[in-house]
Amino acid sequence: MASFVYNGKTIETDDEGYLQNLGDWDKGLAEVLAKQENVELTEKHWKLIEWIRDYFQKFQVAPAIKSLTKEVMNLENLPDKKEANKFIYELFPEGPAKQLAKISGLPKPTGCV
Amino acid sequence: MAKPKSKYKIPVLDGNISIPKIVPGASSYEHMIGAQKEDMEALGFPEKLQDGWKDKALGVFKQILDHNKAVRDYMDICVRCGACTDKCQFFLGTSDPNNMPVQRQELMRKVYRYYFTPSGFFKSISNAQELTEEVLKEWYTYFWQCSECRRCSVFCPYGIDTAEITMAARQIMDSIGLGQKYTTEVIHKVYTTGNNIGINAAALRNTLDDLEEEIEEEGGKGVKIPMDVEGAEVLLVPPSADFFAMPHMESLKGYAKVFHKAGISYTVSSYASEAGNFGKFIGSYQNTKEINKRIWDEARRLKVKRVIIGECGHAWRAAYMYSNTMNGPFDFLDSKYKQPTHICDFTLGLVKDGVIKLDPTANDDKVVTFHDSCNVARGSRIGDVVGGQFTIPRELIKAAANKFVELREGTTKESTFCCGAGGGLLTEEVMNVRLAGSMPRMQTVKEAVDNHGVNFYALICAICKTQFTKVFPLYGLDAEMVGGIHQLVSNAIIM
Repeated sequence: MASFVYNGKTIETDDEGYLQNLGDWDKGLAEVLAKQENVELTEKHWKLIEWIRDYFQKFQVAPAIKSLTKEVMNLENLPDKKEANKFIYELFPEGPAKQLAKISGLPKPTGCV
Repeated sequence: MAKPKSKYKIPVLDGNISIPKIVPGASSYEHMIGAQKEDMEALGFPEKLQDGWKDKALGVFKQILDHNKAVRDYMDICVRCGACTDKCQFFLGTSDPNNMPVQRQELMRKVYRYYFTPSGFFKSISNAQELTEEVLKEWYTYFWQCSECRRCSVFCPYGIDTAEITMAARQIMDSIGLGQKYTTEVIHKVYTTGNNIGINAAALRNTLDDLEEEIEEEGGKGVKIPMDVEGAEVLLVPPSADFFAMPHMESLKGYAKVFHKAGISYTVSSYASEAGNFGKFIGSYQNTKEINKRIWDEARRLKVKRVIIGECGHAWRAAYMYSNTMNGPFDFLDSKYKQPTHICDFTLGLVKDGVIKLDPTANDDKVVTFHDSCNVARGSRIGDVVGGQFTIPRELIKAAANKFVELREGTTKESTFCCGAGGGLLTEEVMNVRLAGSMPRMQTVKEAVDNHGVNFYALICAICKTQFTKVFPLYGLDAEMVGGIHQLVSNAIIM
């Protein structure tokens, strides 16, 4: 367990920096989490953050990687999944599971992934 | 894909797998993140170390010695010949003497001698050691740097199964509240959602819909991945990574196409949506049994005739070796079939019988090699013949692809190296241990790439797939090379 102060409030995270209370998340906090990951958020990042948060709200779990690449193909009008995958790693160099999930305030994906 | 900037210690790939000069304590600072309260409680363990932990630990130690004759023998019979010392990828990679299998076991044997043998009385000459918090710290560090791969056991003249010792140590630690976050969180998720990842039924159906759509787009018309269908002939239980991650999902597409072309009805289950069984990793009989039970309960409920397990190493061991004694007998299933059946055995059988046809030229852009996963290679068998766990995957690869080369001799089949992340090590905080453990295998991969132009690394284990996808780019290799055998089948099957 770790914590930091944001807007006068103590934000608890697990040992790897994922939010402990998912309700703590707001856009300002996403900026703080992104900074910790050395990611500068652009409009393209935000589109994915919003989509993955919607997905999580609906299913209580992060989307499968193929569902994410499919969404990126649609959002960014990319020709194939390979390009979509490249695009995702350009935005989140350490991978969607680690950085997109963390910045979006989702828990860390577990299991053999 | 951009090569990620690395904060890790990446071993040099010069082709050598040599015995390192020992560096005491070299990996003593690598630690697993401790378990969370809610996960420990869900698994029936105390949340943390409490007063009286020592008596409790020794009580569990004694129970293990009384109940598990093998472990008691392993405690007594090691003669310190040293045959195992240079066989462990974690010793070869970290240079830490506590990662020599004999020395790792000694961390437990010295406590055994103190409390459970007459020589413990003469502790100064028998190298016996009282169980202290300091000793526990060593246990937690080094028994979590073993992947329970059993490579050392192959070379042990006494046949000591080191994995059993690691599991016993973890069992003792769990019982006193010294758990590891990754494995306990995963097991807790199986109890609440049916799988390691936490995919509920609605999310799983959504994923399968996306996958069906993709198969259709790629020319696989009408291929379905049914879920929770009562009366299907086969219950297919893949590792949940096949529902979530890459390259795992490509193999799931392969299984789906095989069932479709063979005209055999099947279903996956949202209740038994996990083949993996992390209960084995933490040495907990109770949790292993509970996780395994979900598969057979679901087979009964869905009234299937047979159970097939997907590409997952320890899942296969847990299902193949333990199901019958833990949750059998399976007299409600069709006795014509092996229960459970490995997906590679199933598919190869269909190919041999001419029920499905593979066109290996579909994979002519690939030079394929195969990595034997430890729990399949050393912990179980596939099919009816001795060594089927070696021949069946290779035969299936050769039916699906024309170009196949073996990895370096002495590092395949029963002598295979671990990927470096099995047994509950597939977690970020020990990335340096994982990299060190991957070193010997990576030497042989690099060699196969450089000398034979290998560009496809075929696997039948979800953990291996994830570990290699992660470490390949750190070594400067393309992660896209990593894939499943059924990914090759998926490309080659004539629809």
